[in-house]
This record gives sequence, C-alpha cells and structure tokens, in this order.
Amino acid sequence: MSTRKFGAPIKRNIDPKLLTGNGAFTDDINLPGVLHAAFVRSPFARARINGIDTSLAEQADGVVAVYTCDNIGHLDIELPLLIPHPSMTAARTQRPLARGDVYYVGQTVAMVVAVDRYVAEDAANLVDVDYHPLDVELDLEKAIEDGTPLVHPTHPNNIAADFTQVCGNPEAAFAEAEHVTRIRVQVDRSTAAAMECRTVAARYDSVRGELTVWDGTQAPLGVRGGLASIFGLDEDKVRVIAPDVGGGFGQKVMFPYPDELLVPHAAIQLGRPVKYIEDRRENFIGSNQERTQIHEIELFAKKNGEVIALRDSFLHDTGAFIPYGIAVAQVASTSIAGPYQIPNIHVRFRAVYTPTVPVTPYRGCGRPQACFAIERAMDQLAEELGIDRFEIRRRNLIRDEQFPYTREGLLFADGLRVKLDSGQYTKALEMAREAIGWDNFAASQEAARKEGKAIGLGLAYYVEGTGLGPYEGGHIKIHPITGKVYVNTGLTSQGQGHDTVFAQIVSDQLGVAVEDVIVVEGDTGTFEWGVATFASRAAVVSGNAIHKTAIKVREQTIKAAANMLEADPADIELEDGHAVVAGTDRKVSLAAIATATNPLRYAFNSAAQAATQFAPASRHDGPPLIDGQHPGLEATDYFSPECATWAYGVHAAIVEIDRDTCDVEVKKYICIHDCGNMINPVIVDGQVMGGFAQGIGGALYERIEYDTEGNPTNANFVDFLIPYATEVPAIEISHLETPSPLNPLGVKGVGEAGCIAVGATLASGIEDALRPFGGKKFHQTPITPSMIFGAISNG
Amino acid sequence: MSRHEHLERSIPSTSADPKAEVTLTVNGVSVTREVSTRMLLSDFIRHGLRLTGTHVGCEHGVCGACTVMIDGRAARSCLTFAVQADGADIRTIESEAEEDGTLSALQQAFQECHGLQCGYCTPGMIMNIRAHFDSGEELDLSDEGIRELISGNLCRCTGYANIVKAVRRAAELAGKA
Repeated sequence: MSTRKFGAPIKRNIDPKLLTGNGAFTDDINLPGVLHAAFVRSPFARARINGIDTSLAEQADGVVAVYTCDNIGHLDIELPLLIPHPSMTAARTQRPLARGDVYYVGQTVAMVVAVDRYVAEDAANLVDVDYHPLDVELDLEKAIEDGTPLVHPTHPNNIAADFTQVCGNPEAAFAEAEHVTRIRVQVDRSTAAAMECRTVAARYDSVRGELTVWDGTQAPLGVRGGLASIFGLDEDKVRVIAPDVGGGFGQKVMFPYPDELLVPHAAIQLGRPVKYIEDRRENFIGSNQERTQIHEIELFAKKNGEVIALRDSFLHDTGAFIPYGIAVAQVASTSIAGPYQIPNIHVRFRAVYTPTVPVTPYRGCGRPQACFAIERAMDQLAEELGIDRFEIRRRNLIRDEQFPYTREGLLFADGLRVKLDSGQYTKALEMAREAIGWDNFAASQEAARKEGKAIGLGLAYYVEGTGLGPYEGGHIKIHPITGKVYVNTGLTSQGQGHDTVFAQIVSDQLGVAVEDVIVVEGDTGTFEWGVATFASRAAVVSGNAIHKTAIKVREQTIKAAANMLEADPADIELEDGHAVVAGTDRKVSLAAIATATNPLRYAFNSAAQAATQFAPASRHDGPPLIDGQHPGLEATDYFSPECATWAYGVHAAIVEIDRDTCDVEVKKYICIHDCGNMINPVIVDGQVMGGFAQGIGGALYERIEYDTEGNPTNANFVDFLIPYATEVPAIEISHLETPSPLNPLGVKGVGEAGCIAVGATLASGIEDALRPFGGKKFHQTPITPSMIFGAISNG
Repeated sequence: MSRHEHLERSIPSTSADPKAEVTLTVNGVSVTREVSTRMLLSDFIRHGLRLTGTHVGCEHGVCGACTVMIDGRAARSCLTFAVQADGADIRTIESEAEEDGTLSALQQAFQECHGLQCGYCTPGMIMNIRAHFDSGEELDLSDEGIRELISGNLCRCTGYANIVKAVRRAAELAGKA
C-alpha cells in the first residue's frame, strides 16, 4: 500500500515554476499589440463634477482613446450590489466612471488608453476635470449625528444599514446579572496589500465573438457572470482566467471593480488587447479596504464570572459604497460571543457611509474586530471580578459535550444559523496556559518589575467560521496518454497551495504520485460551476467536492481494471499509477485503463491499439459504449456544506515594553490552533504564520490615514507600515485536530486564523505590562508607540 | 455598436518618447536595444526582454520585489532607468536554476522549507539573498542575522519564518553554514 498523502508535509507542485521566474501573472502574459489603460481619479473626497475636458489628452501622442461616463454606453450604470440584504435600503454602489459626483479620493473619473503605460499615465494628467468640492465628515461617530455632511443625500445620518440580531432572551438575562462590564473598543482601517496589485487584461476575438479576460481575481466565475450580464453576452462567449495571482486576502474577491469592465470594453471597442496594471498608490486609493469598527460591548455576568448575556452595538465603516453588502459587519456580529457559551446575545450594528475607499472583506473579515471586542471585555471582567484571565475563560467556554452548539437567531454570512460544530476548547486553553508558562509568570513578572522592566502576558481566544457554501465542484479525468490525473475546480489560488492539497486528496484515492495530479483552476473555460476563494473555504468546499469526485473515479477505475485483469473488484488495489491484483504481480497502468475504457477507431499510438474496433478486447456483440456508459475514467461531483464549520484557537504572548522608546518586543508568542484534520501541516502552518504577520501589522503598525478633508496621507509603502522580517516575531504553533462532522474529510478552513487574535493578544499583554506604570487600558489597534507614550506619561 | 466604431482606428505602434541605445549583459548574454530614456530597468527587463520573473510590487523602491543583481550587487530595478544600466552586468531570477532546469540550492531550500506562497516576492527575495551569498561576506545565520539580510524585501504571505529557515538551509546546502 502507498503511504497516505492526506496529512503529510508534501512539497508543493507549483514551487519550481514560481522559483524560476516562470510563473504567469497577468502582466507576464504576452499579448501582442496590447494597449495600456490608466485612470483619472478624484482628488476630492466629495465633490460635484461641473465638467470634464478630455481634448488635450486625446491629442497627446500615443493616446488611442479617452473614456468618461458619457462614452461608455451600457456601462454607465450603478454597479451590482453583490450580496443584497433586507437591512439595507437603496444600497449605494459606484459607477465605473463618475457621473455628476465623486465620493472618495481615488474614485475613477476617466480612463485613458494609450500605446504604453507611460504615455497613458501622462495623458491621464491632461484630462481637465472641474470639481466643486463639498463638505465631508471623516469621523465615524460624528458621521451619524444630525446635520453632518452626507456622503449620499439618499441616506440620512450616513446610515447604510441598521441591523440587530438576538439569540436567547437577553432582556431577561440582563436583569439577572450580578456584574456588568462595559467597554468601547476600536479597530482601525487597514488594507490587504497583496504584493501583486490588481490586474486585468482583455482580448476580444471579433471573428468568434469571444471575450477573454485575464484577471488577478479570487472570483473568476463571478467576474464572468458580471461581464456576461453587463455586456449582454452568452456566458460561453466570456472566458475569465485568473492566472498566477500574487496574493489576494479578500481584496480581490470583490468584483467588478471599474477596470474589470472598462478594460474589456476598450478591448472590444478598439479591436486590440488592453491591459491595466494597478500601481501601488492606486491600490491604496482605489481598491477596497477593511477594518474600522467601534464596538460598545457589555458583558452581563454572575459573580463567579459566568457570562449570562452580551450586548454589543457597533459602528461599521463601509466607506463610500457598500457593494459587498453587510458581509463584514455580519461576520463580526455573529462571531461576537467567540468560543463562549453566552446563551443570550443582543448585537446591533450600523454600517456607516464615509467618503473613503469602499469597504469589503480583507483577511479576517470582521473576525479580528469581534475578537478584539469580546476578548478585551473578557479581560476587563476578569480584572473587575478578581478572577484570573485563563480561569474566567475556562468557566465560560463551550464544553466538548455541548457540540454542536447552535446560536439560534444569529445568521452567519452564508444565511445559515451559527452552529459551532466541534472542538476541544478547554483543552486548547490548557495547552496555551502551559505553553506560555502562565503558572510561573506572575513570579517572573514581579522579578522583572523590580528591575523596572515592563513585562506582560497577553491572551486571546478566537473562533473562525470557515468553509461557507453554497457549493464547489470537482472534475477529474485520467488522461489516456500519460496516465496523469487532471483535476479542475471553479475557485482559484493566490498562493494557498491548492494544487498540492487537492492533489494529495486525489492521490489517496487513485494511487498516483502527488506530482502526477495536475490541478487546473481559475479558468472558466475549464470548469464553470462554483463560487470563489474567500472565507477560508477552498480546502473545505472544493477539497470535499474533489474528494467525492475522486471516489467516483476510483470506483470506475477498479471496475474497469477488474474486467481487464479478470479479477474480483474487491481484490484490486490502486498504487503507483497502476491497478494491481492484490498479492500478485498482475497489474495494468491507469493510462492503459483510461485508454481501454475509451472505444477508439484510430490507433494513434501503441496503447490506443488495444481500444480499436478489431482489438481482442473489443466488443463485437453490441455498441462499444454501453447505453449509459461514458468513455474514459472521468467524473464530476459537488459538495455543498450544511453550514459553515468553525475553527478556533488561542494566542498568548509575553511582551516587554521599552519605556524609553515605547517599542513593543514580543519575547514569546504561542498559538494553539485547530482546523480539524490537516491535509498538509506545512501548508497549514504557512497559512497561520502568514495570517499572524498580517495580525502583527494590524496590531502594531498598519493604519490607513485620512486627513480631515478625506485625503489619504499614507498611500504608499514608505508611510503605511507593513511588517518586514525584522518586525515579525517568531511564533510557536501547536495543533489540535478535532474533525468537523460537517464534511467527509473532517476539515475546517485555516486562511484567516492567524490574523484574528493578534491585536487582542498584544493589547492584553501591553496592558498587563504597563499596569504598574500608568494603568491605562488599550482598547484600540494599531497600538503605536505614541499611544504607549501617552499611556505612560499620563500615568 | 455604432457604424463608425467598425472602422479600424489608426493606432501608433510606439510612443513619441525620445530613445537611446543601451548595451548591457543580462544573465551572461550581451544585448543591445533602443529604449525610451525614461523606461525603468524593471520594465525593460520584463517587457523589453520578456524576462518576466522579475516582479514589481510598489515601483517606489520599498518592497524589493523587483530586486535584481547589477554588477554583483542587489539593486531595485524599479529605481533604476534602463539607460543607467548601459554597460552593466545584470542577473535576474532566470539565471538562478541550472540550464536543464535543476533548481539551485537556494531555490531547493525555498521549496523544502515552504518559503513561498504566492511567489510574487520570491524572485526579488532570492536575488537579494543570492547577492549576499556570492559577495564573499561572512553570513550571519542567526535568526536575527537572516531577518536583517532579508529586511529589504516585503512578503505578505509567509510571515517570513519559513524564509528564514530557507536561507539557513540554503547556506547549509551551499556549504556556507
């Protein structure tokens, strides 16, 4: 028997290509005759456009076309609201090119197409737009006050959505509380900052009437759907390919961005390929961001620390438009009770329009904010009740025997009930307590304080709803010539290693080497059913679809092999690319089986001879393909989860604050993590460590800054501080593997895990470290040196 | 589509930018090309020579994705004009593996240690490390030393820990540890 590949630390199939510079990212694809697009973007957060003069730009050498809202025909529309929800009325989405008004600095106003990018960008500067600036309010809490300037006159108090969800009977529980703790917490805005900015290239074949679009997207099928409907084309005439994509982290699941429509439009109009490669500044001012939420959370507890109810009311900054609906706020509101039983929940949010870059999911999608709110509140409750921070959590955790644990009344982002499906929450907490050295910490902290050192221990627990539906599919075909196994699914990868983990799943069923499983995804011309890569769902949803499909192909293969080898199907084993009669040396290769199951007329190679009409094995007493049979070894299947599956984990850290420089040194950081059965532990750790680094960024460094007039003031990598290797501390990860009962592989998602709890953990640790040096609370991230300085110097 | 849009447009083939001739060595091959005087070296390498392994992540000299070796030293090709590279010896990621495709020790170490995810920053990261490996300098292979060595390159996927491992492993494979 071959060794099981599921669970093994297999090297990635895709790496040699990427390591040698042979990847094919959008801008690497050679499109002869390609033209380049550049955008004119609003320099005002809110303004009325009195007029646009494109004449100088049009006359510039090398300029081919200039587009405004007046010459883009059917594209001059409000873009789709992707996820409608009853809590929104007349939700606002932007137009590809502004008509009449602009709503944030960076909004697209005109597009120039020219022979190269240099000329296109020059000419964009020649487009003369006459703006009349309008008043703005950037402060989220002031934005909802009466009389505040409105982003959209249609929406009083700038409220985009107002939504309340209730679990249990909170009103009754509030009255029974013996202690109530209240805090206000804030998480600031960040951005995905994938190393490759967004990209789109398009070519139109006027002979076949086919539009091909290369798009650095997480949702090629979604983009195809959008293009087909907005352009009025049959879906078969639109092929969207997500080639190699340099990181996504949610920003690239949003569609259509204006360029995703305008570039194909120009390609059709001009009869030439056109591409747009976003630059970094545009990524900061034109591609969606996430995070700002202000929570006012209350925990209603018994004296023993048992939390019987939670009330949270938060403001969610949705930016100038709300194209992705309330998804981010909804995930935050349904994750608010974390891993705790808390049976009574009242959670309300108001999504607020601000004249800033629109907000749609960025890795974490509301979870870091919810985690920050509940965990900071839990620390405060512990302090007020005089209970240790591990102990108060232990008393409230959902116990193993309580799974599945349903929060009736809370609907998750998939429209289904929140059901925490499995876990060992208490064990994970105990592991964290041990790993961070909690029991001895007080003594060492005391000793350090005597030396004047500010050392603290931070702790946070998180849950992560992953693997959302509605569904994904898998298609598998064994190639008759090479015997290699071809696998397709509808979603796509931005570095997660799908090609390897999906290959591991298939390898186990078909007994072929992982490197002989060729995964092709992200091409609507290859597989056209499915959704997208988001919400830590690829391994769960596509993984299980591919697993189910592989079982079908295995059955076909064994049946055909038994026939060829004249053996009992029960005796057939699949290994090393062959079907073998167990305990004998009788075997046949998968290539030969795939060839033999495909009746042929022409012997194009020697293997094919065996499948031609006069070959010994061919039937002479009826149709070569029996009614209901299909040629070859091939199957398609789908997986649609009952609901999201919930991963979880605990982070803990020991930090030391330099009281002179206010620098935070992470001396030890541990993570206990459970995403169910791990397909490839090396890739899982990679996901956790990558998320952790983004969490460090959000906790200590990254904040999108706007001045009071709505101008972004740090829209570049010099001023917006992404951690380098020198800023990311080492992390020690331990795993539990509690299988999910919701899918055959027992897996849960891992994509967002690493980033969720870092802000809460470090805030907890910094607060603990500085308790004797001022005793200030840390209720906002990122925690900058100036915030720490303020806390110490006022103390 | 209106009728006049069916008429083929007159589209110039290049911009009217002033041009200059450059001769340089790229991955051991001498090339002479006419380039726009304002063309970035990164664009020249990627689009002029079609060596698309060199990536651009910020085009303002911060992220390091565009790092190549210029006369043996790691340099950001987005901060260099192509005309400045006249006479220079350039090495890009395409020179790193053997002719037959065998990965270099550095590349093998990245694969072995899972030192890459999306792979976008990887070529710049590797060229930076390569320049240090080839410089003859004594390598500081402590965690801190390696983190310092790669501190000119941003990576948004890996969290760096596996890149640190990969550098140490590569030094071992190359007999530098």
